[in-house]
Amino acid sequence: MVIGIVMSFKELTQFYIRDWGTAPWSGLSNYRVSVDFDAPVGQALLHSFFVTVAFTLLSVGLCWLIGTAAAVYMQDTFAGRGLLRALFLVPYALPVYAAVITWVFMFQHDNGLVNHVLHDQLHLTGKPSFWLIGDNSFYALLTVSVWKGWPFAFLIVMAGLQNIPRELYEAAALDGAGMWQQIRRITLPSLRPVNQVLVLVLFLWTFNDFNTPYVLFGKSAPEAADLISVHIYQASFVTWNFGTGSAMSVLLLLFLLVVTGVYLALTSRGRRTGDV
Amino acid sequence: MSRSPMAPPSSFLWSRRVFLTLLTGFVLVPVYVMVSSSLKPLADVTGKFRWLPSGLTIRPYIDIWSTVPLARYFVNSLIVAGAATVCSVVIAVFAAYAVSRYSFRGKRVFTVTVLSTQMFPGILFLLPLFLLYVNIGNATGIALFGSRGGLILTYLTFSLPFSIWMLIGYFDSVPKDLDEAALVDGCGPLGALLRVVVPAAIPGIVAVAVYAFMTAWGEVLFASVMTNDTTRTLAVGLQGYSTLNNVYWNQIMAASLVVSVPVVAGFLLLQRYLVAGLTAGAVK
Repeated sequence: MVIGIVMSFKELTQFYIRDWGTAPWSGLSNYRVSVDFDAPVGQALLHSFFVTVAFTLLSVGLCWLIGTAAAVYMQDTFAGRGLLRALFLVPYALPVYAAVITWVFMFQHDNGLVNHVLHDQLHLTGKPSFWLIGDNSFYALLTVSVWKGWPFAFLIVMAGLQNIPRELYEAAALDGAGMWQQIRRITLPSLRPVNQVLVLVLFLWTFNDFNTPYVLFGKSAPEAADLISVHIYQASFVTWNFGTGSAMSVLLLLFLLVVTGVYLALTSRGRRTGDV
Repeated sequence: MSRSPMAPPSSFLWSRRVFLTLLTGFVLVPVYVMVSSSLKPLADVTGKFRWLPSGLTIRPYIDIWSTVPLARYFVNSLIVAGAATVCSVVIAVFAAYAVSRYSFRGKRVFTVTVLSTQMFPGILFLLPLFLLYVNIGNATGIALFGSRGGLILTYLTFSLPFSIWMLIGYFDSVPKDLDEAALVDGCGPLGALLRVVVPAAIPGIVAVAVYAFMTAWGEVLFASVMTNDTTRTLAVGLQGYSTLNNVYWNQIMAASLVVSVPVVAGFLLLQRYLVAGLTAGAVK
């Protein structure tokens, strides 16, 4: 119990310990370097930030959409449902590096599956494209992230669906509501509280995700897919600039705190007025 | 759970079939690539991609153990993930029980802190933990940096917040009358927890254990910075196949499959508990 409290507080205070440990006191200069958007460091950070926002919004949206659709479609029993459900959870259960390394193989320029299908079999592209460098890397990253992330949404929505009382559906059926109407009027509104938490958690996890881009691209990500977590890692451990690295981390944390606060305030208020 | 007594309309059935077929394809293609490539001879994976192997071979499964010291990585991962899971579950059970059943000063602060750690980027802890471990090592002689212990401690801080949070929800759903009855019957608070509440909360605890194990088994960032040659885990070790002159894709796929099988099998066996645990715990 005590250890539990200490642990969770330790995480909070660790970067203060670090700051005490650093010998030369640099004041706010690390922050100034990070947010000076005219200088290369600040510009790179800003670029990385926008890439991350775009990536996170798309990834969370797609994960949520696919997960919810799959869970709603699979609410009723049908032949093969259990098998499908187990299958759909495989991407989530696979260790990140094993899954992502498979995608790396599929995205290879010369011997990968993606180019083979798109170029050799479907003839969609004039010449084989590069997926892990250049502009395409953004879509590669997005694909992998959605592939790996949607089963979590599926799992949570599935759990949420179990809490919807059967009587609601029966009453609606008696009133003559069809399947689609039941989904729109009962299922989706009932999922609102679940979605509130789900979208937030997905957002935070995707925004902070390091494992996927790191395994996909290695130590230095291509510019089009330069996620903030890898960017900070690079600033700290590749260029050995720990001060700027931690300044960026703290800025990132502040941003996430603000977003989470605003999000919770907005969605909770919406829910309260929605109930009335 | 069936939704309505009447048969679904054909538009629903039709769209369901299309959607689920596409999704199955999307999910299965990488899995197929992983399995089929792991059985291919090297020539098949260095040349143009082919759907069907030119010949099946189990050679990659034999070679993976000698190309990199995979067995050692495997043992390291098992020790680290196993220890992190056990500690995480034990601590989370006690912490969640305290929050769920007793009121104490700082309880609200505690739960809010636990929740808010979810939003911290892992990269934020990397520097402080790195320096902290080095400093502790210098001051006390306990080598945390590069050791399995340091990694276990790190993963514990990852999985604990979510575990505690989920178990609080789960314990709240176990009726208080149950442990009051146990207290009346002469159990201490510890007895009530271990004999009554824990057995009633098994699905939640299993879900937490699965979560903790998967977090530790799949983590890359800390494993890549905080391990050395003898304590390296699978997450980093797997990259050993691609940093050599030749990229042995068939061996990479075979190794990926080997390290995935224990987790995926465990996950699928326990998925019923997981859904039940999530229903009662996190989703409320």
